[in-house]
Amino acid sequence: MPESLSRAVRWDTVVGALLIVLLLLSFGCVDGFGNALNLSFLLGNTLPIALIALPMTLLVVSGEIDLSVASTAGLSGAVMGRLWNEGMAIETIVPLCLLLGVCCGLVNGLLVTRLGLPSLAVTIGTLAAYRGIAQIVLGSDAVTDFPTQYLDFAAGRIGDTFLPQAFLPFLVLLAVAVVALHATPFGRSLFAIGASEEAARFAGIRVRRQKLVLFVLTGLMASLTGVFWALHYASARYDNATGLELSVVAAVLLGGIDFDGGRGTLGGAIAGVFLLGALQNVMSLLNVSAQSQIVVTGVLLVVSVLGPRVARQISVARAGRRAADPTPTP
Amino acid sequence: MTHPSDTGPAPVLALEDISKSFGAVRALRDVSLRLFPGEVHALAGENGAGKSTLIKTLAGVHRPDAGRVLLDGEPVVFHGPGDARDAGIAVIYQEPTLFPDLSIAENIFMGRQPRRAFGRIDHRATRAATEALMRRLGVDLDPDRPARGLSIADQQIVEIAKALSFEARVLVMDEPTAALTGSEVARLFGVVRTLRDQGAAVLFISHRLEEIFQICRRVTTLRDGGLISSEPLDGMTEDDLVRRMVGRDLDELYPKQDVTAGEVALSVKRLTREGVFTDISFEVRRGEIVGLAGLVGAGRTEVARAVFGIDRWDAGGVEVDGRALTNGAPSTAMAAGLALVPEDRRAQGLVMGMSIERNIGLTGLRTTVRAGLMDRGAERSRSLDWAVRLQVKYSRIADAVSTLSGGNQQKVVLAKWLATGPGVLIVDEPTRGIDVGTKAEVHRLLSQLAADGVAVLMISSDLPEILGMADRVLVMHEGRLTAEIPRAEATEETVMAAATGRAAA
Repeated sequence: MPESLSRAVRWDTVVGALLIVLLLLSFGCVDGFGNALNLSFLLGNTLPIALIALPMTLLVVSGEIDLSVASTAGLSGAVMGRLWNEGMAIETIVPLCLLLGVCCGLVNGLLVTRLGLPSLAVTIGTLAAYRGIAQIVLGSDAVTDFPTQYLDFAAGRIGDTFLPQAFLPFLVLLAVAVVALHATPFGRSLFAIGASEEAARFAGIRVRRQKLVLFVLTGLMASLTGVFWALHYASARYDNATGLELSVVAAVLLGGIDFDGGRGTLGGAIAGVFLLGALQNVMSLLNVSAQSQIVVTGVLLVVSVLGPRVARQISVARAGRRAADPTPTP
Repeated sequence: MTHPSDTGPAPVLALEDISKSFGAVRALRDVSLRLFPGEVHALAGENGAGKSTLIKTLAGVHRPDAGRVLLDGEPVVFHGPGDARDAGIAVIYQEPTLFPDLSIAENIFMGRQPRRAFGRIDHRATRAATEALMRRLGVDLDPDRPARGLSIADQQIVEIAKALSFEARVLVMDEPTAALTGSEVARLFGVVRTLRDQGAAVLFISHRLEEIFQICRRVTTLRDGGLISSEPLDGMTEDDLVRRMVGRDLDELYPKQDVTAGEVALSVKRLTREGVFTDISFEVRRGEIVGLAGLVGAGRTEVARAVFGIDRWDAGGVEVDGRALTNGAPSTAMAAGLALVPEDRRAQGLVMGMSIERNIGLTGLRTTVRAGLMDRGAERSRSLDWAVRLQVKYSRIADAVSTLSGGNQQKVVLAKWLATGPGVLIVDEPTRGIDVGTKAEVHRLLSQLAADGVAVLMISSDLPEILGMADRVLVMHEGRLTAEIPRAEATEETVMAAATGRAAA
């Protein structure tokens, strides 16, 4: 079947297959990979990337990007630590942090949609600004004495399994994001905006509003991740999650989301996230030096930009041959 | 003018039994063509007939699978566009590609400017050479003007001058008039006649048949990659030519039905966008086709964009069925029953990488929804229904629209908007660059829509189309409405007079 052939070279499928191969190899050949403790480390360390990758995927599909996510997460953690030190209840602090994330996203979104600035430039600016505010808020303190039931939730596992407790809420969010991107009119409009903003506007799609919504959602998820991070590692510091935006963007691109917008699947992006996470975990187990790990991640980034293009060219060539066949028109 | 015949001058360029396939598609089958010096030769055929492949073979872009290219009777092989150019063959495309920030002279001599000592560019010599070229063409363009801001017509002149500077003896013009207004076409034809009289061979491609008859002496017709005929135009009628192109008799090109106009559907009141258009007021009634004519740049497209909400207006207002539209909001215009088929189908009408199904589906994101989710079944049947109704030729509804020919792409844009069931349809250049068969289909469709009670506003630079289809003609000149002419009084003269600002309003 030509159709299954051309589907088979879709990049997200390739990434999914790579992930499975890596997991099988790791279970078979890497000492210490398969035990529950390591697997729960792997998932727990990958969750922050996965959480932010959800809205980031939607954002990149629509042709924009947000590099300030790690700083937003850090700022949320810092504000959380400061307010806790001030004696506020954690049940009040968390909603305030999420509201702060919404505001961070709103600032990015308004700068991009109202002033028409490129999101890459805007969010590099707010990347620095939000991190700076975080340092002003908390200085060099580290707040660690959060209530134990929250720390236990963020670091604990479900029963005897290796699954972190936070994994279930993540699965719910993943399901929501998959449906939003691939099954709603909203998601459909994001693909149209990313592929051709002008044509989307001429089709009556409210381009600026959709983008603003995405930036706000991204800010919200980034602050949620910041809260999770502080609890998971039992440490709220101004420099929490520094550099996380690169892992998120690398994973999303690795998962086949086109940097130019308009193409990709959330499944591919999540496969990219866990491929990157598993690879880093395996390299650590194999005592690969941190420097070498960075080189591998860098190479992966380049591959992730090249790979989907090559895969697409193969499908286009196949489709061209198929179109050249004298098939009857309906 | 010399009259080449069998005993006359030899062809400067000849194609003999050229065949070219792409995969299983045979784009050209045993096609021959002879171009004589001092002759304008038409190449006719519908979209997909093989015209583009033939041109690209002449231009050295494609190498033929079989057959020979003869230059002055000698077989030649072009390994690339550079070879063809060096052999004196130049192709002028519909949309020229100049460097906008360089002057006309710099564009013409890009990369081979006359030099002075130490390799410095000799601006004076460049300028003088450009002036000489313009004199040869008989046009008055300042060599120092930057290319930015030149009309498409002027840009084409620059391209032609560039071709001349390469000593081109064969000039291929691929739909050069598609984006030109009447007076610009006249000037272009003046240039073409000048070149012809200087001994150049010109291959001319146009979807406008009257232009072919106006300027060409012979015509070669292609259909489905095969050669149908190569013959003098003397004694042929437009119907004869159409029959050769489409292989059957074509119903009338402008099948306008008489419809009694109903209620006012679209009402535009004193609409103004500063610096773009001023004080535009008009109405379109149900069942009416109103033509909006004018020169390119008169502000017609800009009015349509503002009415639909793509751009904001500064003063005035728009009503659809008596309901005022929100300024700058296409979604509310759509909800009110307004549809706009935009001028640029590739950038504005379609998302090129998306499938036919999804492109048509884009206007149904509010309607083909069940419980907040896309109803894929409803979306597919809506898209299929309209693709079939408009007879879009495709192999699968899930194929990208970029795989379709221009005419079929335009049908997809129409399908996308007709699927919304509009009460008011604005079409901007609905048949630009599409073949005559599809053009007649689009006209029949517009006529039928009007008969069904849709109010149609048709912007077009194709004057025969305006005259053939419109019940009334509105004319714009420099951002203002200068005339409203009823069908009975609309002629090329009255419309052009108003479009060029010569009318006594």
